[in-house]
Amino acid sequence: MKEIVIKASGVHKTYNETKVPVHALRGVDLEIEKGEFTAIVGPSGSGKSTLLNIIGGLDRPSEGKIEVGGKDISTLSDNQLIDFRRENIGFVFQAYNLIPVLTAKENVSFVMELQNRSKTEVDNRVKELLDAVGLGDRGDNRPAELSGGQQQRVAVARALAPKPTFILADEPTANLDSTSTANLLDIMARLNKEENITFVFSTHDRRVVDRARRVITLVDGKIQTDEHFKR
Amino acid sequence: MFSIFKMAFRNIWRNKRRTLITATSIMFAVFFAVAMQSLQKGAWDNMVSSVINYYFGYAQVHKKGYWEEQSINKAFAVNDEITNTKKSPIEEYIPRIESFALASSGPRTKGTLVIGVDPELENSLTDLKEKLIKGTYFEASDKAVVIAEGLADYLKVDLRDTLILVSQGYRGVNAVGKYAVKGMVKFPSGELNNQMLYLPLAAAQQFYGAEELVTTLVLKTDQPKAIKQTVANLRHELDTNKYEIMDWEEMIPDLVQARELDEFGSTIVLWILYLIIGFGIFGTLLMMVKERSYEFGVLTAIGMPRWKQSLIVWLEIIFIGIIGAIAGMILATPLVLYFKNNPIQLPQEMAEAYEKFGVEPIIPMAFDPKIFLLQAFVILGMVTLMALYPMIKISLLNPIKAMRE
Repeated sequence: MKEIVIKASGVHKTYNETKVPVHALRGVDLEIEKGEFTAIVGPSGSGKSTLLNIIGGLDRPSEGKIEVGGKDISTLSDNQLIDFRRENIGFVFQAYNLIPVLTAKENVSFVMELQNRSKTEVDNRVKELLDAVGLGDRGDNRPAELSGGQQQRVAVARALAPKPTFILADEPTANLDSTSTANLLDIMARLNKEENITFVFSTHDRRVVDRARRVITLVDGKIQTDEHFKR
Repeated sequence: MFSIFKMAFRNIWRNKRRTLITATSIMFAVFFAVAMQSLQKGAWDNMVSSVINYYFGYAQVHKKGYWEEQSINKAFAVNDEITNTKKSPIEEYIPRIESFALASSGPRTKGTLVIGVDPELENSLTDLKEKLIKGTYFEASDKAVVIAEGLADYLKVDLRDTLILVSQGYRGVNAVGKYAVKGMVKFPSGELNNQMLYLPLAAAQQFYGAEELVTTLVLKTDQPKAIKQTVANLRHELDTNKYEIMDWEEMIPDLVQARELDEFGSTIVLWILYLIIGFGIFGTLLMMVKERSYEFGVLTAIGMPRWKQSLIVWLEIIFIGIIGAIAGMILATPLVLYFKNNPIQLPQEMAEAYEKFGVEPIIPMAFDPKIFLLQAFVILGMVTLMALYPMIKISLLNPIKAMRE
């Protein structure tokens, strides 16, 4: 039996910040299973980031429901959502968004420490992940001392560290060169297979799309195509 | 929790120049505040100490009602009830019998304050012997006077001349006596210099017809700071229907009021100083929050509770405040210690004015840890209050908007 990790039902999102309402999502229905490696693609303004934000509990739908692991997160308060994100979701951002005053090791362990995990568990997991992303020898460096590609690998390790239910990656390769992109995608694909962690990307990048086993195309806030590939 | 402290500590060094400028402004505020308060406290302590040691002492015991109506008829005997209370911190009771008399020499007569004192005990409190400018200090068994210089000039008397004293003694007896001038003292205060006349206690009691009686017991203590408690204990031990026990603040309320008024004025100046510094710190806070709203957005997104983010900002401000406050205290300490041991000498004109009131013409600084601690608490309170701003901002922060900005 397949385990549904994310379920979106009739999700609409309308922004009323200007005089003319902007309909970013117009009735999105979606199910993502555990272990999927999914890319959400589409032109600018198609609603990719909005959908990702809503799935990640950073934003709320104007209509519809989002369930993560069977739990309706649309009804949670802001502070409950913070706790929920910490325990269930790993984020990888386009701009890496590492904490500049912490070393690579400390960045990776940060969320686990917020979860009050034991020191031994944290130390083992950090070592394991930094080795996995090929930065075992750069753990004591601060983000400013790392290249963009290395920072993004640390960001992936940070997202994976607490073993979240799924990882949301918003344009993770947008600022990377081809080598770094290939390297990062290899790492994510490997971890996806080894740890069976669900990845959901929002991307414009063809190289990411080519590695995804499922590609959802959004146009004007609606799912236009939803294709599965064997890779 | 450790990573919160670590982040806060590292964050304050992200913009070293700004941190140093803010800490420096706090340092100077604390330095000036400590210096100002130490100077003011030192000046007042010196004044109070001078006034107290000049005549009043830290507290006095009288017969009930004496202070209101200072009459020789309110003299009392020093009995066991009183002497039994002479224990630490009360070092000694210094007896006096005081009243007014007419002093006459040849054709000249003047009203004077005739005080009977125990020569040695009185000297231990007021340094009367040090004020001698002519002759010798009297002894307990003498029947001679020590006269103030101004009074002696008026009466045209000198050493070994005879002075006639006339007064109404205890319970209406005629008080008449004839005494040789043994010593002459000079008081800086013109008022005292023109009317003071000292007699040994026994001679004065005999003169006033009040053998074994005193009008005042001046309390000498080795713990002047605990005088309120000492007086309270004494009120408990003695029958307050018979005696009144007054501390120096009750005896010279004008001095207390003047001090309070002066302190109120300097408190206003101090708060203006803090306000200026407060705006400086607040400016730093505004910049910190503005610059890092993106980062707060990220932290919120990855699941850091808002209160922990607020705590980090609060700790950062507190760290800067503590660095500035400690630096200010360190800077102020040698200055305060120097001027405590080497008081500022007042210029001639001011010195004369001080001396008129029997106050030593110097301004020492007081080294009081309370003054230093107060600054730390004020800074802590101020930054805690200001930290409400980033706390509110973080609590209302929308992570998507923050990351978009």
